Amino acid sequence: MLSNIQILPEVASTMAGKVDALYFFITAVSVFFFLLVMLLVTFFAIKFRRRSKDERPEPIHGSLKLELLWTVIPFILGMAMFGWGAVLYFDMFTPPVEGMNIYVVGKQWMWKIQHPEGNREINELHVPVGTPVKLIMTSEDVIHSFFVPAFRMKMDVLPGRYTTAWFEATKPGKYHLFCAEYCGTKHSQMTGSVYAMEPVDYQDWLERESVATLSMAQAGEQLYNQLGCGTCHAQEAEPRGPSLYGLHGRAVELLTGNAITADDSYIRESILLPAAKLVAGYGPLMPTYKGQVNEEELLRLVAYIKSLNLDTEDSTSESRGGKELKEHRNE
Amino acid sequence: MSNTVAVASHPEPDNNYWTAGYGLKSWLLTTDHKRIAILYLIMISVFFVIGGLFAVLIRLELLTPAGDLVSSDTYNKLFTLHGLVMIFFFLIPSIPAVMGNFLIPIMIGARDLAFPRINLLSWYVFAIGGMTTFAVVLFGGVDTGWTFYTPYSSTYSKTAVGLTAIGVFITGFSSILTGLNFVVTIHKMRAPGLTWFRLPLFVWAHYATSLIMLIGTPVVAITILLVFLERVFGVGIFDPALGGDPVLFQHLFWFYSHPAVYIMILPSMGVISEVVACFSRKRIFGYGFVAFSSLAIAVLGFLIWGHHMFTSGQSILAGMVFSILTMLVAIPSAVKVFNWTATMYKGSISFETPMIYVFGFLGLFTVGGLTGLFLGALGLDVHVHDTYFVVAHFHYIMVGGAIMGYLAALHFWWPKITGKLYSEAWAKLSAIIIFIGFNLTFFPQFLVGYLGMPRRYHVYPDEFQIFHILSTAGASILAIGYAFPAFYLIWSLFRGEAAPANPWNAKGLEWTVPSPPPKHNFDTIPVVKEEAYDYSRLEEEVV
Amino acid sequence: MSEGHSGLVAHQFETAEQQKETVNLGMWAFLITEVMMFGALFSAYGFYRAQYPAAFAAGSDHLNYFMGAFNTAVLICSSLTMALGVQAAQQGKRKGIILFLLLTILLGGIFLGVKVLEYADKYEHHLMPGINFSVDSPFAAQIELFYCFYFAMTGLHALHMIVGIAILGTLVVLSYRRRFSANYYNPVEMAGLYWHFVDIVWIFLFPFLYLIGRS
Repeated sequence: MLSNIQILPEVASTMAGKVDALYFFITAVSVFFFLLVMLLVTFFAIKFRRRSKDERPEPIHGSLKLELLWTVIPFILGMAMFGWGAVLYFDMFTPPVEGMNIYVVGKQWMWKIQHPEGNREINELHVPVGTPVKLIMTSEDVIHSFFVPAFRMKMDVLPGRYTTAWFEATKPGKYHLFCAEYCGTKHSQMTGSVYAMEPVDYQDWLERESVATLSMAQAGEQLYNQLGCGTCHAQEAEPRGPSLYGLHGRAVELLTGNAITADDSYIRESILLPAAKLVAGYGPLMPTYKGQVNEEELLRLVAYIKSLNLDTEDSTSESRGGKELKEHRNE
Repeated sequence: MSNTVAVASHPEPDNNYWTAGYGLKSWLLTTDHKRIAILYLIMISVFFVIGGLFAVLIRLELLTPAGDLVSSDTYNKLFTLHGLVMIFFFLIPSIPAVMGNFLIPIMIGARDLAFPRINLLSWYVFAIGGMTTFAVVLFGGVDTGWTFYTPYSSTYSKTAVGLTAIGVFITGFSSILTGLNFVVTIHKMRAPGLTWFRLPLFVWAHYATSLIMLIGTPVVAITILLVFLERVFGVGIFDPALGGDPVLFQHLFWFYSHPAVYIMILPSMGVISEVVACFSRKRIFGYGFVAFSSLAIAVLGFLIWGHHMFTSGQSILAGMVFSILTMLVAIPSAVKVFNWTATMYKGSISFETPMIYVFGFLGLFTVGGLTGLFLGALGLDVHVHDTYFVVAHFHYIMVGGAIMGYLAALHFWWPKITGKLYSEAWAKLSAIIIFIGFNLTFFPQFLVGYLGMPRRYHVYPDEFQIFHILSTAGASILAIGYAFPAFYLIWSLFRGEAAPANPWNAKGLEWTVPSPPPKHNFDTIPVVKEEAYDYSRLEEEVV
Repeated sequence: MSEGHSGLVAHQFETAEQQKETVNLGMWAFLITEVMMFGALFSAYGFYRAQYPAAFAAGSDHLNYFMGAFNTAVLICSSLTMALGVQAAQQGKRKGIILFLLLTILLGGIFLGVKVLEYADKYEHHLMPGINFSVDSPFAAQIELFYCFYFAMTGLHALHMIVGIAILGTLVVLSYRRRFSANYYNPVEMAGLYWHFVDIVWIFLFPFLYLIGRS
């Protein structure tokens, strides 16, 4: 039994090996200093043990040289660890431009996942290996945290905003998905599995499991029409609301004179609290859609508005595995 | 309590603080810092047992991957109460309110703290906070985790969060009052000739601790109060559904609760300085560096709260600032460890129980401190954040560091406090059992944490079980180790040999007064003419 | 239990001067914790204000700045009477202490009275979060947030005022019983420090809550 004990989780993403390397480095430094202190303490304790009651050792006040030495060396090592960790952190939270988007909604106590193609899963996530996968996540209730040890990735999932994270799986297999932020009674059962698959298998899975006939963006479009968004956000000469074409990722000038990048969170906020950040030139006409759309539907609307970018530049849209995956493009 | 024994063993029975008054009233209305320290000692010992029982249940539950001993709700309440009780009712008051209260006035040559009545008040406030927490248990417990993260605590939890918040809020004031008393006492009550740089490092450490109590505690108090208001009135200060920001809560909470870690460990570091000097018969190597490193830890400790939030969606830049400052705070801790080690160099080292605890502290605190580096390094923290790696890390600091220091202090000053000697053999045995049990309990948690076992999990995947079996086995050894001192220390009260004024042949004003000390400590305020730890001028052994 | 007091110097102190300095430092240390406590509220308020400037400005608009300004003037006057009371204490003028402390209490009472009127007004206008709140605005939730802070901050401040009035009342009684003299008046001085601090908190609360961003 003992021979089966692992002490490292599986290495299944592009990040995993890099995180492990830093882990080994800090472990090596730690073991060195731990042994150094322990050996010195043991050596001193034996060598200088009290041999008679009358011993009065000469006082030593200290040594500036030594103090500097054991201030500067830890400082240098600490900065190295900081720098290394910071570079990794930057990589972890700066998704590459290409790749696919997956939308995650956490709630007590399950993970609801939507693929751009319209596939939906609960507590399971199927992804292809070799493709960067960006997660756009939010929560319906309390704070959760999306944690896949084999990918060394973790990101809190907060109510009221979108957080993002990304990974690129490198090794097909089934991996643990945990909720890492305590979220109530069944926190420890808010778990699932991530299935990393060869791209071909992933395509098979997408088609086999596809119960929804609509992609996320199409579902979003349907909702958009149902809610009558197009009445104001129309493609006409003097629309009541600003045009949504090419909006995503663009800088928007606000009524206040400030500019803001129209990212996922901005679009979400503008649906729920339209008056918060009005676009220059438009009045506060739009009513709130709070309570009318849930988090998953919001994500579909966001996916639809994102897809409007691609229609304007569809010559560049790419295809993968023979299927149009326009929505996969990141901003 | 044991006045008959004291009469039998002390040449001047009516002169010490134990015999200065009789009956419950003389204790409950006392303003003597020594008696208040004893009141605190009794109180926190009770809380330690309660918190420990919660821990035992947690460890038993985790023996198997399934949730078979208790339900998920009960499990969540167990770890919440374990954390609350151990942090707010044991670790934070442990060394300051017991040892600091008893020793600081004597160490600085004063008759009492600056504000004796406020000192008593702080104990009552603490007791009321403690009773409120007992009430929480009676009302079915609380399940938010000791961190009270919103919006779970403010909106979703169905347990007694409001009452718990009030309990913690009240207890916070006890901490503020203690901190205030210490700061003022150390500034204004020092004996003639006792300059800042002649102070024992125990006093320096408590000065730094008190600053944190004074500055940090009001912030968490008001934050917890806001959660309380939010719950009672259903308003949205931290709940996004009502316009609030849950991450703001985390910022405010950790602004106190990270420095709170230093409230727990700094006094322990102070103890280590005293004990290592005494049993090496040496001045502390680099006294000034050790003293200032306490202040550096207190100051830097206030600037690094954000390292609890590297995966909360804060900006990359904020993460980097908090990470670099976190690396910096490791340095003063490292400086202390090196200086203690160097103090032993060319010393005259003996191995009485307090020193055995110091060896334990050095080993465990070094592991705890070094594993902090893993958590401070941004990219690595993303993986280990909120896993058992963190659990193991802070138990190495708080149990391995703070409690080993507390036990070192208890054994070092026990003869002074009670006037009795305990059994060295039993004490050493239990120190060794605690050390072994502790490592077996918590070292496997580093490994299972890196494997990805999240903290606060009631059920877990099968492949993690072996680590939990080791951990639970260790916990049972640890429990036995902690039970021993309760027996031989209480035994010593009744059957122990009378302690001389200076059983360890140690330096420091507290060893110049009889054991136990007289009611007002000093007949005439001493005049200090030498620096701390001047062991080269130690007199001949008296015993 | 006998505490071995010798005159007015408690047993733990060597001299009256040491006692005075110690008590002074204790008061300042206490005020530092107070600053941190209000500071946490101010930071949280500032954070949300930066997030929702329009909503918070709308919230300010509903406050009666005349009442706020009036209260500010009242408190500034009370600081003056408090300072005069401390001066009277230094000079050992017993009647002066009693007169000025009573005036300070009166002004504090006026402040609290106006505060009660304001709170009642907010209640009537459905601006009391959690009890009676409804605003017709797209920012209703954020305006509610503003009022949470309004009540939390002014409420905590009012609580400090009440405690202050209780302390001053005690001092009046003690003074009436001739407990203070030109040699011993430290409690009056300490109460003065506390009172000035509470006033200063209001000097910050008034512009932050009533004035900034108001249209």
